[in-house]
Amino acid sequence: MGIKEIQDDIVDEFSMFEDWMQRYEYMIELGKSLPLINEQYKTDDNIIKGCQSKVWVHAELDQDKLVFTADSDAIITKGIIAILIRVFSNQKPQDIIDANTDFIDEIGLKEHLSPTRANGLVSMVKQLKLYAVAYQTQLN
Amino acid sequence: MVRTSFDVKAYRDDFPILKREVNNNPLVYFDNAATSQTPKQVIETIVDYYSNYNANIHRGVHSLSQEATDKYEDARIKLQHHFNAANAHEIIFTSGTTHSINLVANGFTSLITKGDEIIVSAMEHHSNIVPWQMLCERTHAVLKVIPMNQEGELLMDEYHKLLTDRTKLVFCNHVSNALGTVNPIKKIIDAAHNVGAAVLIDGAQAAPHLKADVQSLDVDFYTASAHKMCGPTGVGILYGKEEWLNKLPPYQGGGEMIAEVTFEKTTYAELPHKFEAGTPNICGGIAFGSALDYMNGIGFENIAAYENELLEYGTAELLKIDGLRIYGTAKEKTSVISFNIDGVHPYDIGSILDKLGIAVRTGHHCAQPIMDFYKIPGTVRASFSFYNTVEEIDQLVEGVKKAKAMLQ
Repeated sequence: MGIKEIQDDIVDEFSMFEDWMQRYEYMIELGKSLPLINEQYKTDDNIIKGCQSKVWVHAELDQDKLVFTADSDAIITKGIIAILIRVFSNQKPQDIIDANTDFIDEIGLKEHLSPTRANGLVSMVKQLKLYAVAYQTQLN
Repeated sequence: MVRTSFDVKAYRDDFPILKREVNNNPLVYFDNAATSQTPKQVIETIVDYYSNYNANIHRGVHSLSQEATDKYEDARIKLQHHFNAANAHEIIFTSGTTHSINLVANGFTSLITKGDEIIVSAMEHHSNIVPWQMLCERTHAVLKVIPMNQEGELLMDEYHKLLTDRTKLVFCNHVSNALGTVNPIKKIIDAAHNVGAAVLIDGAQAAPHLKADVQSLDVDFYTASAHKMCGPTGVGILYGKEEWLNKLPPYQGGGEMIAEVTFEKTTYAELPHKFEAGTPNICGGIAFGSALDYMNGIGFENIAAYENELLEYGTAELLKIDGLRIYGTAKEKTSVISFNIDGVHPYDIGSILDKLGIAVRTGHHCAQPIMDFYKIPGTVRASFSFYNTVEEIDQLVEGVKKAKAMLQ
């Protein structure tokens, strides 16, 4: 599935929730189901700056697609990154670079998370895109 | 339960912000240790200033300038009396405690030589660590740290061992922002004076709860910020003994701090203006005075007694939650409760509390060494003020339980 289709799916899923508690419970569930990053990649080099809680992201190329794994010490943050990984992992680097991220606004993540977390969210997206740029250069 | 006849409802009516809702819930404001809320009396002072006598001070001959100058200097006198300073010119207006500390740290550059020693406590805010590290880098002085125990109390025996004839300055907060510990500053000051060292006490977290008497403490420097004492942000004070303020060189150059300027030489103004370069936060200074009037009207003894009851109640109720641990259990502390729940990240709790309209601080509280000491990423910190209620604490406890159920 392409990035846009996955984003549309997520927007649909979130539109079913009636209040913040349901959104949060869903994100907490997502956080718990996030496939764990290999411990060897939980290094200081892989920590995303700008997040109040710690977030580690590792990227590797699987043929022409970029695969992300990640972890966080805070569960709601893990939920957010699980959503981002669902959107951006297993995609071609160029598609990741070109993707827009309006869906974050549409599912109310920006609005429903505190500003400091929203900043973390921005940093996360930026970091995933930076990886894509780096690997795209490799592919060229 | 709360027993005093403290009329919290009447005081709450003075704070317009306490009537608002956050995320469709009535606001419960428990982030007072970061910034206190502002009563209408102080807001009116600010409106009055900009509506009626906004002008630059100390230089105009016109009436507005004179009026603003008088009110600003009145505020300085209120601060002098509040902290019982011997002279009004020993009160320097600054932008806040961080500015005050940097002013002293910068001034000591010329008084410190290689191998001299500066002592700080283990429970300092970053703004109380970094300026001294910078000073030590500039002067090649040595920074020593007073350790603390698990309860969050300074180890005074260790402190006494750190003092030598090379100790030039001791720096400690009166109350820890992350733990609420009230430090034994009188003992710290006396011991430092015995070896000839000066003492700077950061009163930012103490001043909202208790009245420090700088003369009976015999402290050399003391700081406070208005925004933690029902006043506006961006203004604070440095108290300094006259002899020390005369010894320190000016911090910033500019207007207001000069006596005479030629291109060959400038002579500096007398205290306090020597340290007040440029146009100050005039309205902020006046509003600081108004905030002091407001708090003194309630009475600091009444405030402390009531807040202590909130602290005891909140501590007892929160500890009923399974797996909740409180950090900072000193015998003497202010109304600050720093806590965590087993296996739950403080940010997650803070996020859910926010959805419930409850404002707490989460994170390392700009005191990473304390978090490293306890080996935790941070805490949830609820800090109570005299306008908070037992019912609000009940809401916090319910909120924490809800967050725990969702997160564990």
